[in-house]
Amino acid sequence: MMDRMKKIPVREQEPEVRARNFNEVCYGYDELEARAEASRCLNCKNPGCVAHCPVSIKIPVFIKQLKDGDFTAAAATIAEDSSLPAICGRVCPQETQCESGCILGVKGEAVSIGRLERFVADWSRGNGIRPEPAKLRNGRKVAVVGSGPAGLACASDLARMGYDVTIFEMLHKAGGVLQYGIPEFRLPKDTVVAHEIENVKALGVKIETNVVIGRTLTIDDLFDREGFEAVFVGSGAGLPKFMGIPGENLNGVFSANEYLTRSNLMQAYSPESDTPIRIGRKVAVVGGGNVAMDAARTALRLGSEVTIVYRRTEKELPARSEEVHHALQEGIRFCMLTNPVEVLGDEKGCVKALRCLKMTLGEPDASGRRSPVPVSGSEFDLEADLVIMALGTSPNPLISSTTGGLETDRRGCLVATPEGATTREGVFAGGDAVTGAATVILAMGAGRKAAAAMDEYLKNKR
Amino acid sequence: MYRIVTKKVLNPSVTLMEVEAPRLAAAARCGQFLIVRAREQGERIPLTISDFDREKGTVTICTQTVGASTRIINAMEEGDCFTDCVGPLGRPSEFTEWDDARLEGERFLFIAGGLGAAPVYPQVKYLHSKGVPVDVIIGAKNAGLLIFAEQMKAVCDNLYLCTDDGSLGEKGLVTGVVDRLLGEGKKYTQAVAIGPMIMMKYATLGLKPSGIPLTVSLNTLMVDGTGMCGACRVSVGGKTRFACVDGPEFDAYEVDFDEAMRRQGLYRDLEMEADHKCKIGRDR
Repeated sequence: MMDRMKKIPVREQEPEVRARNFNEVCYGYDELEARAEASRCLNCKNPGCVAHCPVSIKIPVFIKQLKDGDFTAAAATIAEDSSLPAICGRVCPQETQCESGCILGVKGEAVSIGRLERFVADWSRGNGIRPEPAKLRNGRKVAVVGSGPAGLACASDLARMGYDVTIFEMLHKAGGVLQYGIPEFRLPKDTVVAHEIENVKALGVKIETNVVIGRTLTIDDLFDREGFEAVFVGSGAGLPKFMGIPGENLNGVFSANEYLTRSNLMQAYSPESDTPIRIGRKVAVVGGGNVAMDAARTALRLGSEVTIVYRRTEKELPARSEEVHHALQEGIRFCMLTNPVEVLGDEKGCVKALRCLKMTLGEPDASGRRSPVPVSGSEFDLEADLVIMALGTSPNPLISSTTGGLETDRRGCLVATPEGATTREGVFAGGDAVTGAATVILAMGAGRKAAAAMDEYLKNKR
Repeated sequence: MYRIVTKKVLNPSVTLMEVEAPRLAAAARCGQFLIVRAREQGERIPLTISDFDREKGTVTICTQTVGASTRIINAMEEGDCFTDCVGPLGRPSEFTEWDDARLEGERFLFIAGGLGAAPVYPQVKYLHSKGVPVDVIIGAKNAGLLIFAEQMKAVCDNLYLCTDDGSLGEKGLVTGVVDRLLGEGKKYTQAVAIGPMIMMKYATLGLKPSGIPLTVSLNTLMVDGTGMCGACRVSVGGKTRFACVDGPEFDAYEVDFDEAMRRQGLYRDLEMEADHKCKIGRDR
């Protein structure tokens, strides 16, 4: 007998097995499981889930179609609002978004909206469903800078409206953070990411890789030489932060961005890849966000013993709860209330330990979180031959510094209205480039809003 | 598709290639670099731009075989295509921002070691085209390894060659030639040294007493080359800078060369193990 208050559990690779491979952790629902889970949905008149979805997917509608076994219709419903459902179904923080608005969550567990979205998307990929390009093309050229979630969402909507859209990507593969940041075991690249990017192309979007806006071409070139009428900047937040503590340039200290880029984009974990990656015996990952979890779990899979060092407690970890849970299951050690003060090296300049202070939680800071305060005399050395700094990222100044009239705030984020208009006419922006590092789905939401604003702008311009 | 239109073997380990990349060629300025991937599973290899032809839409690169990835690149032939070629990356040489009035009265000395002659060439060519007096020293282990002498001769005022074994030009190191020229009373207002990290370190130490401003171009490890990974971080004036976006050229007197050399060797053991000696940045 099914308990309506509880989610249908999802099958996963056993922790001890998956800790040694890069295959996807979660298998996802099969058809029976998906339909059973879908039948838990109350199909609310006033659905809280939709209000909590940054791209406003008609969640109860697709769940009803799924329950009724009409997967094609369910896929079409999702496609109206999202081009990347197989990606979002895997990496969205559903517990703080759609699922947080689910009425079942009040007394029991919310419907597994993310897993259902993933099921529909995976089914549609397995059955070769591709979106159709817009019937009416207006021939007006629009450029999108960056092929991450914001750019892909913006480009998809503009293409559906009939615009001639080109995405410029500076790396050799499209996808942005989906490609370089999120690991294979959470988001398979060749199947899931490649397919959804192909779906965006099927809408008529062109993607040009190896073009660095700000270097190969400037925003001005896009208008003056390449004939684009509007530009969306979704260049993300790609610059890694370091702590600024002594010893940070020792051999064996990496940014999480570098470690993950080597493993994800360059596939250094595979023997086929020409790109090397250093494998530590004992790895310390500094930080508590999703990126820290990803870096830690990557190092674990490469054979290292891994400790996450975080200055607050488990309760304040900014990572998705599922990632923390998975990391713990896989045997990653959490060293909470700990803050590094120096990286120690050996005579060759290689990392040998991380000198840390124990912390205690003091008064709440501006963000409302209790700020950590050092405990005097608590200094200790954590043995490590590899240290990964996962302290967050900030936007790349390449575009703002080469484009006149484009204002940034003091964190280097582009200044934009909620609709995405920047301080320069015809240039719109959204995603991490505007907000600083956030989530895939918020970036997609910003991309969609900007697409609507660009359409409005271009219609009036004519 | 990044086709190799010309290939010239300059010496047993260095190959010059002219590659089709019209947008890159249109935007390239001297001092900048690019990144290539030779094949689908290939590493991203940064190489300094050693020439560009905007009309033909080509850029010229010189690659030294130091391991697997560079061996693959140097085995490519005319007509073959790179899987990827992206750039120009990094900041252009500072003097490309100077107007004629600012260049007036400047006298440049370029010090090139080994493969360093390739990235020095477009800078010398640029200054020469602006009528700025330029002297160039090229040093190499022996005559067979010394490159770019002919091309350089055509674009500089005085060219001085030296080899470790004396098989071509003076016998000795580039630093010896610098000392001799300054001893003879030659006056320079600007100097640029490009070559192996160790050569740049000693050129810096050697030139420091003269007070001549010296610029070096750092060939660090890199992955993306756009500021994302931080593999290329170097200490300049006590501050951490990224060679890919803040450089690759820096004030030589501010650079911590010992740290830069240590960081450059980060993958050397892995390369030895896997015959994987191709690491990024060791192209000079």
